[in-house]
Amino acid sequence: MKKLRAPSAAQLAAIKLAVFLLCLLPAAQLALGWRADALGANPIETITRASGEWTLRLLLITLCVTPLRRLTGLHWLLRLRRMLGLFAFAYGTAHFVTYLWLDQFFDWRSIAADILDRPFITVGFAAFVLLLPLAATSNAFAIRRLGGKRWQALQRSVYAIAIMGVIHFWWLVKADVLEPLVYALILAALLGARAWWREQERRRQLAAPPPARHLQKKTIRIVPMGK
Amino acid sequence: MLIKPAPDILPSEITPRAVFDDRRRIVLRAGLGLAAGAALWPAAIPRARAASLGSLPSPFSTDEAPTKLDAVTGYNNFYEFGTDKGDPARNAGKMALRPWTLQVEGLVGRPRTFDIDELLKLAPLEERIYRMRCVEGWSMVIPWNGFPLAALLKQVEPLGSAKYAEFLTHYDPEIMLRRPVLHWPYAEGLRLDEAMHPLTLLTLGLYGEPLLPQNGAPVRLVVPWKYGFKSAKSIVRIRVVEKQPATAWNLAAPQEYGFYSNVNPAVAHPRWSQASERRIGEFRKRPTLPFNGYAEQVASLYQGMDLRADF
Repeated sequence: MKKLRAPSAAQLAAIKLAVFLLCLLPAAQLALGWRADALGANPIETITRASGEWTLRLLLITLCVTPLRRLTGLHWLLRLRRMLGLFAFAYGTAHFVTYLWLDQFFDWRSIAADILDRPFITVGFAAFVLLLPLAATSNAFAIRRLGGKRWQALQRSVYAIAIMGVIHFWWLVKADVLEPLVYALILAALLGARAWWREQERRRQLAAPPPARHLQKKTIRIVPMGK
Repeated sequence: MLIKPAPDILPSEITPRAVFDDRRRIVLRAGLGLAAGAALWPAAIPRARAASLGSLPSPFSTDEAPTKLDAVTGYNNFYEFGTDKGDPARNAGKMALRPWTLQVEGLVGRPRTFDIDELLKLAPLEERIYRMRCVEGWSMVIPWNGFPLAALLKQVEPLGSAKYAEFLTHYDPEIMLRRPVLHWPYAEGLRLDEAMHPLTLLTLGLYGEPLLPQNGAPVRLVVPWKYGFKSAKSIVRIRVVEKQPATAWNLAAPQEYGFYSNVNPAVAHPRWSQASERRIGEFRKRPTLPFNGYAEQVASLYQGMDLRADF
């Protein structure tokens, strides 16, 4: 139990490696499936669909880190977040490249028409573009350069990106919204938990009486009784 | 000595010329098949038992390469059995295909209920190799077996007031989706002249075998110049009516799926272009043709109509 709370450096490295390999699994499956011609009758659709779904899943998993950490007290989970976020970006890139290359075959006119005229593509494209600065600043150098506060404010755009991702999926389906609905509910729970905690925090601060004016900036000496 | 006249030979019992000419090869092939079947027994038994549908060739067939059978039978939209392309092949096997009747009623002189085995003998079966264009932007080439719907409709004698045909399909909540993804039972419709057009096929088989459940067994419609969803599957009732009938996809999203739904590269679906399509089995997309390449046969049906408004 104690080990789970505070894994050693070696243990953490092993956990990171395991998560890294797990995140690669869907990509490996697609790559092998493509080579073996085992991706069904419409392999390009299979790849587009799978890469899109994994982008969304990894975004949601990334958003799970903070609530999970809060609920379990396992603070080292935070150390996985950057990798998870970058994998979400990697699958998003694969999804976008699949669309540009395999689906549209760099037919730029058709691509431009899609982005401008078709709301589900517009919102998906915008979400991908917004992911770029997040991926570019996912390193210690960028945090130092931007300063923690500004870096955090920038990274918070992931909330909007996740919402756009779910909308992208919702608007794409023809009739059966069950699957996008599941993603929407999970995202609502993850964002709702944050909003709720934030509200609790605000109330707690309001409830705590501010220090009296005449005591501000004064040193209070606590003297033991009876002396 | 009394010589009895020979009993009438049904057209469907006449061996097609091509089959007759090819009989030695067929017998040889059957022999090989038996040998192979014996080697694979019992897995090969159902296949060997399935009655091949002898079909006449048709001048309406395309000479394009047919899509592979496993794609035609494994990549389907049949929402009653699930919305994933693989769901119908997984789930449609639960549908009982016998007994099956097709009721034809409404504005007709002689309403009638056809048993499925009667239907198989109603008119000579033809092989029609048609392009099939799905509204989602993919297409196939499928060798169907069937006969013109007109042959059936003529038997029930539509009245002068009849303007449309409505197709109602099988719905059994015990084995099909209960969620109202679409309005069940799935309904489709054609204008009567479209329904009577020689290209419109009442379809009972594909690749020379009876239809599999996921392809709309035992009897479905194939209207090759319209998006795939117009070709209703597993039909149980045809109603000949005066007013344009409501159709499933039009009810679900009227701004996206019109009553006519003719394949038209110039009219984009609101959420994707219809200018091109991916032929299943091919890598690059190919341009989509007006009326799915059947303009020569059907464009005259829509003379004077604005096909952007009546999409």
